[in-house]
Amino acid sequence: MVSYRTPLSRARGLGAAKHGVSAWIGERVAAIALVPLTLWLVFAVLRLAAGDYAFAVHWIGQPLNAVLMVLLLAISFMHMAGGLRVVIEDYIHVALTKSALLILNLFVCGLAGALSIFSILKVAFGGGAY
Amino acid sequence: MSPHLSVWRWHITMASSIANRATGVALYVGALIGAAWAVALASGPDAYAGFKGLLGSPLGLLVMFGLTVSFFYHLANGIRHLVWDAGYGFELKTANAASVFVFAFTAVASIVIWVIAAMTGAI
Repeated sequence: MVSYRTPLSRARGLGAAKHGVSAWIGERVAAIALVPLTLWLVFAVLRLAAGDYAFAVHWIGQPLNAVLMVLLLAISFMHMAGGLRVVIEDYIHVALTKSALLILNLFVCGLAGALSIFSILKVAFGGGAY
Repeated sequence: MSPHLSVWRWHITMASSIANRATGVALYVGALIGAAWAVALASGPDAYAGFKGLLGSPLGLLVMFGLTVSFFYHLANGIRHLVWDAGYGFELKTANAASVFVFAFTAVASIVIWVIAAMTGAI
């Protein structure tokens, strides 16, 4: 196929993307936020595992618990999407398979994140179903 | 690059690097279980009791123990990565010692949490 592109147009846009630093820093900031949030989660799981449905509804009804849980979920699913993305990019080299897995990873994280955050807010605002 | 598992001699720093990925992927599944918990809670008492029954079964407890180990490992090694990102801890002795520490911390913290869980009626 004859290419009508000039050498200059082919060279343009190559090289560094110029926006990698913000992504790199963002991943680290998310990781730092997850340290206290996940330690809080260990404490939370111990309490929730010992309690029943009514206790869990009451617990999520506390503003601090609801907000920390929503933050934990949002930041975790971002961290997971970014983490598994790197794993896929490292190990899968077939373009179509790689693209499909990257999109699947993003969609799974987006769906699970949205479902879980909506569920927490529903219980926090609505007080659960009795 | 990470994928060349077959050309490097196995060493503790390599094992701790791979374990970081493996535990990360395990925690991915764990977060989906966490999302299922939130959906079960929002779905009502029956769904919540069913979910708790599933996690309280022998297989559920085994999964939860695996997630506990994965969590403490990924937490400790993640902090180690942040220290590396700040530019510290690359000396060979420091890197080896940190690997040993992370594995030891994971074992101790996991056991301590499950003892606490048993004492507080969580399992």
